[in-house]
Amino acid sequence: MRGKAVIAGIGHTAFGKQPGRDTVALNVEACRRALEDARVPKDAVDAVFVKTPTSQRELMYGQKLAEALGVQPRMGCALDQGGAANITGIMLAVMAIEAGQCEVALCCYADNPRSGSRQVYARPRGDDAAYGWFSTAAGYAMIHQAYAQRYKPPPEAFGAVAVACRANGAANPHAQLRKPITMDDYLAAPWVVEPLRRDDCCLVSDGAAAVVVMSAKRARELGVPAPVPILGFGQGQSSWEITLRPDLTTTEAKRAAATAFAMAGVGPKDVKVAQIYDCFTVTVLMTLEDYGFCPPGGAADFVRDGRIAIGGDLPVNTSGGLLSETGMPGLQLVLEGVRQIRGTAVSQVKGADVALVTNQGGTMHTHATLILGG
Amino acid sequence: MDYPLPQVTPLTEPFWGALRRGRIAFQACACGHRWLPAREACPRCLGTDHRWEDGSGRAQVVSWVVYHTAHHDAFKDRVPYNVAIVELAEGPRLITNVRAPHDTLRVGMPVVLAVEEEAGFALARFAPAAA
Repeated sequence: MRGKAVIAGIGHTAFGKQPGRDTVALNVEACRRALEDARVPKDAVDAVFVKTPTSQRELMYGQKLAEALGVQPRMGCALDQGGAANITGIMLAVMAIEAGQCEVALCCYADNPRSGSRQVYARPRGDDAAYGWFSTAAGYAMIHQAYAQRYKPPPEAFGAVAVACRANGAANPHAQLRKPITMDDYLAAPWVVEPLRRDDCCLVSDGAAAVVVMSAKRARELGVPAPVPILGFGQGQSSWEITLRPDLTTTEAKRAAATAFAMAGVGPKDVKVAQIYDCFTVTVLMTLEDYGFCPPGGAADFVRDGRIAIGGDLPVNTSGGLLSETGMPGLQLVLEGVRQIRGTAVSQVKGADVALVTNQGGTMHTHATLILGG
Repeated sequence: MDYPLPQVTPLTEPFWGALRRGRIAFQACACGHRWLPAREACPRCLGTDHRWEDGSGRAQVVSWVVYHTAHHDAFKDRVPYNVAIVELAEGPRLITNVRAPHDTLRVGMPVVLAVEEEAGFALARFAPAAA
């Protein structure tokens, strides 16, 4: 299936605050823009895969969106995997297209926790709230602590991720946060939940993004101007709540990566630019290790001296990632991967012929990988 | 203010009941697997031939965090406070608080059960084990 399907178009709303707009309206805007980018009429769409909004659960969300889009899809669903669901929607679309179940799919995601409710991120974690165990960030802090205690990276290793992403976001006119930081800024910022500092944590954002997926053949027939081939994809699920996860310093992202690399016929050395899910900085370090860019515990060395910044060996999150472009998790990383392969990114990496995108969700429970190529 | 107490169910009652007796309990299956939190079926063999056993109360620290802001009024006067994952000597893991200065916490640090009551409800906290 390598290269048989393409991302034909990409679209997104403004990122940041979108007061008064619900997630269906945001999704519709992103889908309209993605169809315009692909130069494909809406009537061609016969599948819709949407990640459920994180901040507010709604039953039959996929149908509410299809209704607002005015389409009756041959197939589609709302996906509940946290951040990994963005790439999962694309994977399901590709497999459904290959199986002859549909031809043109919209894959999208919207949320509005910034103007709406961000209570989900501060939620009590079941009966363990009796011990003060609250919030999404605390789960990642538990992972960050375990990683830091095992491998003893300097705090600057986490800071290098934040500094690189913030610099890229500052250069991106669409980014929600366009304020670069220095390493000193990073180190001086207050704890959110220790050992997480303020700038270890992604943004809380309103916004939506969407992509159009179809076969390469259909894209030629429809005259799509800039289709980007999908070379590989993969999944893995760690599943254990972090309380029970036997090893907090590695995840089933390994399996997602190995599956995607094998399908694409490439390895970490072939990747010219990577969009790595950076809900928290520790996820970037662990992803670099689990994907084989460096050995376990080697990420601190890997990210040193600007190696993941623009112009470095492996530029990461070239539009700012979740730390700076938008915290609306995940799909904007795919959009930036597409722009890098097209050669239209604001912070374009020269010769970017293989772009990696990683997603993960929950507290590193779910993992999905997408490899795009020119 | 209302302290966020656990919602006791028939499934979890034996766990909380053991704490009222000053003991930590977990489920143990005929297949040899031992676990928390309470489940109807063993997550290893999916069987239901299991029973509650009291543990020794000995455990070690797996990881921890320190809250500097409170997400609930009950914790406003307690920050900074820690929340830790500990692994019982018998294998099961749970979320808890370790009654020790935060800068003394270490991975693998030995701790022992130190039941404490909140609003009359017995919780499984831990304290450093005597050297």
